[in-house]
Amino acid sequence: MTQRSLELPVLHSRRVDHAAAAATFTRDVPRTDWHDDALWFVREKRDRAAATVADWEALRQQASSIKEHALSHLDEYLEQFEAQAVRNGMHVHWARDADEHNRIVHDVLEQAGARRMVKSKSMLTEECGLNPYLQSRGIEVIDTDLGERIVQLREEGPSHIVMPAIHLKREEVGDTFHEHLGTPAGLADPIALTRAAREHLRAKFLAADATLTGMNFAIAETGGFVVCTNEGNADLGMSLAPVHIASVGIEKVIPRAEDLPVFLRLLARSATGQALTVYTTHVHGPREGQALHVILVDNGRSRQLAREEFWTSLKCIRCGACMNTCPVYRRSGGHSYGSTVPGPIGSVLTPGLDLERYASLPFASTLCGSCTAVCPVKIDLDAQLYRWRQRVTQAGLSSTTKSVASKAGAQLLTRPRLFRLAGAFARFGLRRMPSRVIRLAAGPWAKTRDLPSAPSESFRSWYRHNRSAAGES
Amino acid sequence: MRVALFVPCYVDQFYPHVAIAALAVLERLGVSVEVPDGAACCGQPPANAGYAKQAQSTLDRFVDQYQRYDRVIVLSGSCAVHVKRHAGARVAECTTEFCCYLHDEIGVARVAALGASFNKRVAVHIGCHGLRGLGLAKPSELQAAPFDKVRVLLDAIRGVDVAELSRVDECCGFGGSFAVGEPDVSTKMGRDRLRDYRTHEAQAVVSTDMSCVMHLDGIARREQIGLPMYHIAELIAGTAASR
Repeated sequence: MTQRSLELPVLHSRRVDHAAAAATFTRDVPRTDWHDDALWFVREKRDRAAATVADWEALRQQASSIKEHALSHLDEYLEQFEAQAVRNGMHVHWARDADEHNRIVHDVLEQAGARRMVKSKSMLTEECGLNPYLQSRGIEVIDTDLGERIVQLREEGPSHIVMPAIHLKREEVGDTFHEHLGTPAGLADPIALTRAAREHLRAKFLAADATLTGMNFAIAETGGFVVCTNEGNADLGMSLAPVHIASVGIEKVIPRAEDLPVFLRLLARSATGQALTVYTTHVHGPREGQALHVILVDNGRSRQLAREEFWTSLKCIRCGACMNTCPVYRRSGGHSYGSTVPGPIGSVLTPGLDLERYASLPFASTLCGSCTAVCPVKIDLDAQLYRWRQRVTQAGLSSTTKSVASKAGAQLLTRPRLFRLAGAFARFGLRRMPSRVIRLAAGPWAKTRDLPSAPSESFRSWYRHNRSAAGES
Repeated sequence: MRVALFVPCYVDQFYPHVAIAALAVLERLGVSVEVPDGAACCGQPPANAGYAKQAQSTLDRFVDQYQRYDRVIVLSGSCAVHVKRHAGARVAECTTEFCCYLHDEIGVARVAALGASFNKRVAVHIGCHGLRGLGLAKPSELQAAPFDKVRVLLDAIRGVDVAELSRVDECCGFGGSFAVGEPDVSTKMGRDRLRDYRTHEAQAVVSTDMSCVMHLDGIARREQIGLPMYHIAELIAGTAASR
């Protein structure tokens, strides 16, 4: 589990270098194209699904407003949720951070004498590093979402929050299953592989003495929660195990049951282009004889809520649409972000956990704004990336060359005469210098791109000679 | 009405012919337009790289120079968005972009009356900021009635055949400092755009932003892909064919 433990939000740990990871990823061109196409396929499916909803844009606005209201009254709605959930027979725990969350899970399992836990997909537990925490204490944790199980067997983290194994080809899954589940060597048929996983997981479901699920929505009014999956694995887990733990980030609470359809209409369409996920499971209390524990996790969320520039990032419903649409994510892969949540939303959420470690993420974007336009809850992701960039440079965490060049540039640009002089030199240089020298000077630009051919005269100079009277002030 | 044309720094230095073409178009349309001599840049490149504070004086200088105009026509969607988002309300409101100005304020009939022609199959690249920040066209993400101001202007030029692309508004990968901070992804994005253009047999690329062109054309020339690239002003001015 080495790679997973790297994902723990440890302070002062190694800095993520997105550009370097992306350089490695793009070196395999056919694979980069394949990854890009796979995600673009999902983006197009999303477009078609969104087009079937008459008032899609109004629905986005409504979802955004509900979330902004809920986040503005988060304390009240969380307490209301807690009171109602307790009334429904659930045990409610509050976890300040990842450690506290993991400890609570462990305590619940200890008290129940549980040694084997099945988990449905929960990015929160990835964020908290729950698996290594429990495994090091002798508890077997099995991820039951197919994609999650694949990456767990490979000792990797998920590369996407909705499609955790989207970075893998079927042949690689076949190799992994051959190694761990004993499928025939070379078997790469998706249906056969899924059957093998199903049999393997069924045994784990039946043997489990606890299950852990996430939540897509916690409803303050009813004290119930909703879990959306496509594989039914959350349902099987919670229907069989005597202990059910449901972990949720505190931002997932919505005020009323009648708010739910707004989000359900948006979530699966945005995520995978489905009208709804195959299973939309409503939980309003434990089964007869079952213990149901809810853990409300902060882990940096209230700090993000307090940040005026970034609090709306907590509106996120984790659909992953911003990843599918992001031209950078599609060509650099989820692992290049070095955080549980990759892509545009990850680059807005994670710097808040550890600015130094994730300083490169706000720069892993062209600020094209496609993420903002696709987001079902209208988070202004590109604007927040821009604002994180300001924070990163103000904290002195920008890479040196970029910082020197930009400062010099800023000085130059405020002084028109100096700028023009520099421009003239550059143009002179471009015309007279051997191309090899120019390539070296222009560094990363000229590695793959020619510089513009230098004109003999700038526009300003031309204008002075041809329209002098009109423009002078 | 006092109208100014703002020529961004890189257009001034590398693409003077684009600014000359834009000026010619405006003058032929009877717009009395000035190009004040004071401000070289709006400050976007350093601001997007995280140095908005350091770039503030550059933006202030821009505001200082252009606040006496009723209309500021920016020859770049990207710079126009930066000014609209970060300058004071007065200048922000007066600021527009070249295609927006022609479409919204001059009207396509008068543009058509200029009688330009360009007999080529063209791939259109609308810079992302002009697209999503200024609303030059309906972004593919949004569910709304389709519109495309750039296409409307191109349709006013005789002979232009617009290639239908696989990805109508995918970013080219320039992104200012992104082009040098993330050169690998940036280049890959550019190559993918070029592939889309060539797959659909485009003979030329027409853009609203020369910054995107600087990147796309830089890759095309390095890889010896013969695909001439123009700002739309050059087509309307009738100077593209001769370049």
